[in-house]
Amino acid sequence: MRLREIRDALRRRALSALSKPSPYGLDIDTSRFTAGLGSGRLDLEDYIDAMESVGVDPKERDRSGSYYQVDNIAAYYSSRYKGLVVKPISEALEDEDILDYYWRAIPVDLDKYTAAAFLYERDGYYIRVDDGVDIPAPIQACLLLRSPSLLQVPHNIVVVGEGAKLHVLTGCTVAREKPGMHIGISEFYVKKGGLLTFTMIHSWSRGMHIRPRTSVYVDAGGVFVSQYITTSLVDSIQMYPTVYLIGEGGSAYLSSIIVGRGSSHIDVGGAIELKAARSTGEVVSRVLSMDESRIVSRGRIKGLVRGVKGHIECRGLILSDGSYIDAIPELEARAYDVQLTHEAAVGRIAEEEILYLMAKGFTEDEAKSIVVRGFLQPKLPMLPRQLADYLSVVMERIAYAL
Amino acid sequence: MKTLLKVEDLSVDVGSARILKGLNLSVDRGEVILLLGPNGSGKSTFLHTLIGDPRYKPASGRIIFDGADVSQLPMVDRIKLGLSLGFQFPPKIRGVTLRFLAEKILEKRGLTRSEAGRLIEKYSHILNLDYLLDKDLYVGYSGGEIKRAELMLTLLQAPRLLMLDEPDSGVDVENLALVGSAISSYLSEDEGRSAIIITHTGYIGKYIKATKAYVMVDGRIICRGNPEILVSNILEHGFEKCFKCEGIS
Repeated sequence: MRLREIRDALRRRALSALSKPSPYGLDIDTSRFTAGLGSGRLDLEDYIDAMESVGVDPKERDRSGSYYQVDNIAAYYSSRYKGLVVKPISEALEDEDILDYYWRAIPVDLDKYTAAAFLYERDGYYIRVDDGVDIPAPIQACLLLRSPSLLQVPHNIVVVGEGAKLHVLTGCTVAREKPGMHIGISEFYVKKGGLLTFTMIHSWSRGMHIRPRTSVYVDAGGVFVSQYITTSLVDSIQMYPTVYLIGEGGSAYLSSIIVGRGSSHIDVGGAIELKAARSTGEVVSRVLSMDESRIVSRGRIKGLVRGVKGHIECRGLILSDGSYIDAIPELEARAYDVQLTHEAAVGRIAEEEILYLMAKGFTEDEAKSIVVRGFLQPKLPMLPRQLADYLSVVMERIAYAL
Repeated sequence: MKTLLKVEDLSVDVGSARILKGLNLSVDRGEVILLLGPNGSGKSTFLHTLIGDPRYKPASGRIIFDGADVSQLPMVDRIKLGLSLGFQFPPKIRGVTLRFLAEKILEKRGLTRSEAGRLIEKYSHILNLDYLLDKDLYVGYSGGEIKRAELMLTLLQAPRLLMLDEPDSGVDVENLALVGSAISSYLSEDEGRSAIIITHTGYIGKYIKATKAYVMVDGRIICRGNPEILVSNILEHGFEKCFKCEGIS
C-alpha cells in the first residue's frame, strides 16, 4: 500500500520533469529510444569477451557474488556470503524493507533522464551488507545492453551496514555496436564506520548515450571510494556523481580515468559535500583526449561546516589537434575554518619527458606509451589487491594500445 | 683500433646562436675524460649532440664512433651502439617508478626478468636506492637522489661510452662518494669502457681515475692536460690560466 502511494507521488513528479534538460552535457531526446524490457536472456557464452573486458569474471572466481542484467531484466544473481544480500530491485521492493533508500538519494525530477528512468524502471541491483560484515572479495555486476535502440534504465541501491565493508565492481557494456541509451540510477548508503569501494568500468560503443545518476550518503566515520574508467568509443556520456558526507569524520575519494576517442562528447565530474565536522574529500581525474573527442572534466567540493578539508586534482593530456579538454574545478567554502584546494593542468605530453626517455634507449612511440601509462596510473586507495592489480593491467593495455 | 670516439670540427647551432664552434676531441678505449669549463661554454650541448638529441643538430663536422660516422643516426641507434648519457636535470615523470623504468631499459637490452632483477638489486644497493625504487621518477627527490637514480638508469644501459653531465653538482660528500665509486667500479669491470664526465668543480676526480682533462670555453676545447694538475689549477685560479694553456696547439 505504502509503495503504491510512494510510486504515485514519484510518477507525478517524474511526469512533470520529462522535458527538463540537464544543465550539463549534450541534450538527448530519450523518446528516440525504445522503452521496453528487451531481453533478459543471458547466453553467457556469447558475451564472455564483453564481460571480461569490463572486469566481470563469468566463472565468479574471487568474487563474493554477482548480478547480471541484460537490457532491462535481471538475468542472474548470486551471493556467496552470509550477511550479503544480492537481488533485483523488483524483488527487493516486494520482500525487503527498502523504502527508506528508494529514490531518496536522487530526486526523481532532477532531469528528464531520472524521470524516464523511473517511468520505465524494472530492475537493477539491490545489494546490502549487514552491520559488521566484512566482505573481502568484490561483488561484480554486469549491465549488458543487447537490443538495438533500447533505453536501459537500471536502478541500483547499495546499503553498507555499520562497520561493514563491501567492494563493488560494475561493468557496463554493449553486446555489439548498436545505438542505445543507458540511464543508471545508483543510490548508495554507507552507515557509520562502513566502507564501500565502487569501481565502474564502461565499455560502450558508437551510437550510445550514457547518463548515469549517482548519489551517495556517508554516515559518521564511513568511507566511500569510487573509481570510474571509460576508454572506449561512445557518442556521449554525462555524469556528475555526488557524495554527501553527513556524519562526523566521513571521507570520500572520487577518481575518474577518461580516454576520449572518435567524436565522443564526455562530461564527467565528481562532487562532494562536506556536511559534517572533520569530513574530508578528494576528487581526482586523469583525462586523455584523442581524435575529435570533447571532454569536460568537472570537480566540485563544498565545505559547509567548520573543520573540513577537500582537494580537487585534474590533469589532462591532449593527444590530438581536433580534440579538447575543459577542466572545471569548483570550490565552495561556506564556513570559517574550511580548507579547500585544487590543482588543474591540461597540456600535451611534455617533449622534455619524451626526449629523456628516448635518450634512455626507447623509440618515440615507446617513450609516449611510458608517459601515458604513467599518466593513467591511478592511485587505488582501499581497493582489494586483485582489483587494484586488475586495474593496473587495464591501464597498461590502454597505454600501449594508443 | 684504439680510438672509440673521434669528433671532427663539430659545430652546432641552437636557434641562431652557434654554441659549438669547430670542436675536435677524441676518446680512446679505456679513457676517462673530465670535461671542464665555465657555465655556458657548450659542455652540455656537446654531450647532447653526441647522444643524438634532436634539439642539437650538427651544422658541420663529424662524429665517428667505433669507426662509423654516427652524426646522422637517430638517438635510439646510437644508444644501441653503446653511447649513453646521464642528464644533469632529468625531468619528473609521474606514475613511472624508478623500478619500472629500470626494468624497461633492461627488457629493451634483452635481459630476462630474473637477470634484470639481479642487476637492479646490485645497482640500487651500490647507490643506496632501494627505498626509492617504487617512487615516481624524480618527483620529490633530493639533489643527491636525482644524481644517484639517474646514474643507475644510465649504467643499466651498459654503455661503452659513458657520458655524464655534472654527476657531482649539488651533491653532498656522502652522495659524491657513492656516485664516484659506482662510476669507477662500472668502468673497471671492463677495460674497454670509456667515459666523458662534465664537471664544474672537478670533485668527482677524487673518486675516479681520469686519464685526461679538457677545458671547453666558448664552444671550443682550449686546453688539455693531466686531470689532477688541470683541476687543481682551475680550483685555484679559475679558468683564467686555461686561456694560456700550452698543453694544446
